[in-house]
Amino acid sequence: MNAKIKETLLNPIFKGNPITVLVLGICSSLAVTVTLKGALVMTLSVIVVTGISSLILSLLRNTIPSRVRIIVQLVVVAMMVILVDQVLKSFEATYAIDKQLSVYIGLIITNCIVMGRIEAFALGNKPWPSFLDGVANGAGYGLILLVVAFFRELLGSGTLFGVDILCRFGYVTNNLVILPPFALILLGCIVWIQRSVQKDLQEK
Amino acid sequence: MEYLNLFVRSIFVDNMIFAYFLGMCSFLAVSKNVKTAAGLGVAVIFVLLVTLPINYLLNEYVLKPGALSWLGEGFATVDLSFLSFIIFIAVIAAIVQIVEMVVEKFSPALYSSLGIFLPLIAVNCAILGGSLFMQQKDFANVGMSLVYALGSGLGWFLAIVSLAAIREKLAYSKVPAALKGLGITFITVGLMGMAFMTFMGISI
Repeated sequence: MNAKIKETLLNPIFKGNPITVLVLGICSSLAVTVTLKGALVMTLSVIVVTGISSLILSLLRNTIPSRVRIIVQLVVVAMMVILVDQVLKSFEATYAIDKQLSVYIGLIITNCIVMGRIEAFALGNKPWPSFLDGVANGAGYGLILLVVAFFRELLGSGTLFGVDILCRFGYVTNNLVILPPFALILLGCIVWIQRSVQKDLQEK
Repeated sequence: MEYLNLFVRSIFVDNMIFAYFLGMCSFLAVSKNVKTAAGLGVAVIFVLLVTLPINYLLNEYVLKPGALSWLGEGFATVDLSFLSFIIFIAVIAAIVQIVEMVVEKFSPALYSSLGIFLPLIAVNCAILGGSLFMQQKDFANVGMSLVYALGSGLGWFLAIVSLAAIREKLAYSKVPAALKGLGITFITVGLMGMAFMTFMGISI
């Protein structure tokens, strides 16, 4: 049982990473990686939403008729996202970040990771493993987000978490890194590295 | 003039895919050949055209701060904007369901060619994103929201069809094993995004 829980927790972070392997949730992930702070807030929000909505839907799984399940899922997820959004708006420190993330917090609703994990895992498993699966997938998503944000903030503005790192050595900031297309190229490189290491993931 | 400007901007400058990464999941999953890509693109344009004006009216007369003042003096201070996520997604899910039924009834040929894509559109970030951006941009009337819907839908259509065309050609080229499939697609989209960046700053 313990090994199974460990597998549920670790698999989504490396081997079955939602972004680089399952190709889920790319929509909202790239626009929020300009700064590490934004990426961190987004990561935490997604972990909370995937974890708790997986838990709730796993509890409800035997009572939802399968014809209307998409709507039920959307309602539960939307409710969780509203809660997260309201919490972010209510603290001074996070309010600015909420403004900066703008529509992308709302777009967690249609983030394929949330719906994908509910469909694929929570509707067929007990609440506790479903919760762990949700959290682990959120974390796997967050890991990629933070890696991309690390490079984009460091190379694009010469800072990390807003603290000057490179500019004091006369580094000229690279605006290309801040522009959206670079995030995709960076992600392509991450996929490249991962697949060079894990040969079994390579596509024919 | 205002309409034309919004139209051109929403196709090229604020392109859903290249500027905001919206609808990325289905964009990457369904862009393997031009024909299905075009089918999904048309479906997205259609659903955007129907949902955006409805969500615009809902936002204008129900959700915005003070929007309920048509009910009477007492409602002038009511602010329901925190409900917008759940209302928008409910409208989108319902419309997609209705559109699916109508298309199935009156045009079986179109239904079978769109097939599985129609229900999937409910969780396409581009649709919810369109509504959320519409709310943020605060358009003056329904016409503007209609033009915005058409423009951003067309932008999405253009993007997915051109990526599908590129991927069809890519199948014949020599790509490093680890980059095959997902990796090279990310990088291609990044490069296409850079090309689209040249439209930045256009206004008519």
